Amino acid sequence: MDLQLTGLTKTHPGGTLATIQGLDLTVESGRITALLGPSGAGKTTVMKLIAGLLVPDAGDITLNHRSILPLPPERRGVVMVFQNPLLFPHLTVAENVGFGLRMRGLPAAQIAPRVTAMLERTHLTGLGPRRPVELSGGQAQRVALARALVLKPDLLLLDEPLSSLDPTLREEMRTLILTLQQELAVTTLVVTHDQTEAVVLGDQIALLLEGRLAQHGPPDQVFRRPASQVVARFFGGVNFLPGTAAAGVFQTALGPLPLPEDLPAAMTHGPGLVTIRAEAVVLGPADQPGALPATVLACTFLGTQTRVRLDLNGTTLEALVPPELARGFAPGNQLGVTLPPGALWVVPA
Amino acid sequence: MPGNALRSLAGLALALWLILPLLPLAIWSVAHGWRFPALLPETWSLRAWSIALSPGSGVVQSLGTTTLIAGATTLLAALVGVPAGRALGLYRFHGKGTVVLLLLAPAILPGITVALGLHGIFLRLGLTGTIPGVVLAHLIPVLPYMVLVMAAVFANFDTDAEDQARTLGARPMQVFYHVTLPAILPGLITGALLAFLVSWSQYLLTLSIGAGKVQTLPLILFSFATSGRNDLTGAVAMIYVLPGLLAVALTARHLTGRNLALGRRTL
Repeated sequence: MDLQLTGLTKTHPGGTLATIQGLDLTVESGRITALLGPSGAGKTTVMKLIAGLLVPDAGDITLNHRSILPLPPERRGVVMVFQNPLLFPHLTVAENVGFGLRMRGLPAAQIAPRVTAMLERTHLTGLGPRRPVELSGGQAQRVALARALVLKPDLLLLDEPLSSLDPTLREEMRTLILTLQQELAVTTLVVTHDQTEAVVLGDQIALLLEGRLAQHGPPDQVFRRPASQVVARFFGGVNFLPGTAAAGVFQTALGPLPLPEDLPAAMTHGPGLVTIRAEAVVLGPADQPGALPATVLACTFLGTQTRVRLDLNGTTLEALVPPELARGFAPGNQLGVTLPPGALWVVPA
Repeated sequence: MPGNALRSLAGLALALWLILPLLPLAIWSVAHGWRFPALLPETWSLRAWSIALSPGSGVVQSLGTTTLIAGATTLLAALVGVPAGRALGLYRFHGKGTVVLLLLAPAILPGITVALGLHGIFLRLGLTGTIPGVVLAHLIPVLPYMVLVMAAVFANFDTDAEDQARTLGARPMQVFYHVTLPAILPGLITGALLAFLVSWSQYLLTLSIGAGKVQTLPLILFSFATSGRNDLTGAVAMIYVLPGLLAVALTARHLTGRNLALGRRTL
């Protein structure tokens, strides 16, 4: 059940929801795609458009190559799980899970076994007769997931499924979502503003910035091979050096740097920005052969890492290093900086 | 505990405050002559009750009329009040303040002004002296209660619950019946109770629009009271307060503010 968005556009004159501009996106059948973007990027708008809760101004949405736009929400085969579990307070857990089946007119005798099986799969066995108010936050979230999955949807939409949970529950919920998604092979679109959530849940990440798709690919690629400076910055990139690419090297204020082999052809010539993730910058003694001489400007202890700001002859770089390594550093110290060729990447200026 | 004792005392005071004014009326209804300075009637009798309940007095018939009018008014008020309260409670729109003011207007204006103004219009429409006419007139003081109660209920209602139900496969009517209605029911019962009692106790509007042809309990009660028949007044007054007490007793568990705001927090 491939989901395809083509030129999807939605504007809200004077509204509170974000605008979507000509969005093209494919969600592969049976996989999890994470739609990632900051608040206000239009993620919820995209989800509501797919679910049929909003009507697009332009563009098309197809599921398994058939447009679902003419269908009302209840007939799209798309189930959305909201960030808030939204359990119906007057129904028991079992009645909540069976809600969709009941709305489809299934007899009670057919609903009960499917509900029981789904409660078991979501580790909720025995909680069927409880009321939603008697559940913990994690349990409520699992009931909401069970209520959606029991319908065997063609497409599952999850809105920030982990963000309202505390760290221990997050891990549990993440495993549950991944396990169930694989067992049931349900095509899934996860919407999140949290890059960690996107990276741990998504087979693919689609980065949405200001209503447009900024990049789409496997997490590793989006993380290490950003398509633009904005994408790199979204994933925490801080080091950008202007320069010019020519003949396999990139000329910068720090001297020539080797071009990555997998760089797109368009980027191998002309001006650009070379970028390296702060955690990839290697710090060593000042007299290390081949290293660039640098002066420590400041050190910030971050707990598991220390951020070191460096001055390389007028160019500022940031490095993230283990705290043990940075313990002796003080502003003014002389160091040797190495930029591993494999960690370098070039984005358009 | 002193807190509990205090609460019981307050409850008792409240009950007395509600019941004490009714006590003389209750005694009157079974008294056969009760003159100053006697603390209690010299002789007792059920004569007033037998007159009140006899077909000739029209009390039983007017009980039916009053119930019909109050019931119809409540039903219509609910049909208008639920969507109107939803619009006021959930949405921001141009002229919302004016709508609220217009809704409250009948409560601000003296009832006699409304009744007299309405009488002329209803006369031309042929609605005077008819039950539908009286029901329509009653909607004027009743609707503000219903709409404002429902607006408060919807202000606490999360429409995401309705969207959630839609994506789970519920058609719009199913969403209303299975999700919205259960969530607003406590508030709807409160609003309906208020609507019923406001209609039940209408005097001026019924008198002017009913034009003497529509006899409700308050009209009969008033005519007995002004004719100096204290025993009959007492008996009819007892019949008159009964539905109100009954309705409150039946819906008391819904009347706490806690239940009014069923919605966002519990969903």
